[in-house]
Amino acid sequence: MARVVVDVMLKPEILDPQGQAVQRALPRLGFEGIADVRQGKRFELEVEGPVDDAALARIHQIAETFLANTVIEDFSVKVEVGEGADATAGQGATAVKAES
Amino acid sequence: MTARVGVITFPGTLDDRDTQRAVRAAGLEAVALWHRDKDLKQVDAVILPGGFSYGDYLRAGAISRFSPVMESVIGQAKAGMPVLGICNGFQVLTETHLLPGAMLRNNHLHFICCDQKLRVENAETAWTHSYERGQEINIPLKNIDGRYVADERVLDELEAEGRVVFRYQELNPNGSLRDIAGICNAAGNVVGLMPHPEHAVEPLIGTGRTDGLGFFTSILKRLVSA
Repeated sequence: MARVVVDVMLKPEILDPQGQAVQRALPRLGFEGIADVRQGKRFELEVEGPVDDAALARIHQIAETFLANTVIEDFSVKVEVGEGADATAGQGATAVKAES
Repeated sequence: MTARVGVITFPGTLDDRDTQRAVRAAGLEAVALWHRDKDLKQVDAVILPGGFSYGDYLRAGAISRFSPVMESVIGQAKAGMPVLGICNGFQVLTETHLLPGAMLRNNHLHFICCDQKLRVENAETAWTHSYERGQEINIPLKNIDGRYVADERVLDELEAEGRVVFRYQELNPNGSLRDIAGICNAAGNVVGLMPHPEHAVEPLIGTGRTDGLGFFTSILKRLVSA
């Protein structure tokens, strides 16, 4: 079964106090040099059948209408091929920014 | 016969009983509505109460939005039926896009529970015309995802059209943009706010005042004179 990953991130202009709290905790833990942290969500969708253009279009719709709130969040969709490898240049891989 | 106000219960709703009680305190009939029923039981108005519907999974209000009852509420709201969203109900209304913008985690990341002063900015909506513009009211506020955000264009539009219905007074408790505590749609029949008027309708509970009762007397007058 193929896996499609949807990453959802707050838009850059939206304040992310959770990410800030993580960033501020890092020096206390002895980790220096991290200027900023933004926190997001990752969804792993196990797709039945082939991940063709129609399946990707459907997943795009799922991401846009449900997984992300495009008022405040951007999302990207990518297909994972093989064991843990990202198909960054593979066929059907897409990175999509929410329009609004 | 008085008017009928539906109060929706989702799994995880907390304030449905208090809301029904507040509805009755104003002399209205409270009708319990269930999230899985499309049937609105011929109510004249609907209130989405506070709580953590569907555990706030994904985002507050995100899953409730797709419940059968909301399908009917969205249709009726667009046709002019008065709808009030309180706290989690406000979050549901932004997720359904009946109201613009979105709610996010409080800027200080803490759950807050306090009495909160608000200024009534619009006393012409279906839910606020018992108040006067500029009036200060004091009602409870309790949430963790109470930070209202929208882009500048939407905020300017809300301001220009008088659709900021309530603003936080003295202290902005959660980082909401432009101190916004509540807004309405263009027609004024759909109102959402984070603080809880239903907890301030009797002197014995809440803030010890009855500042929230005006929401319910507003809708009574609107429905009975309609």
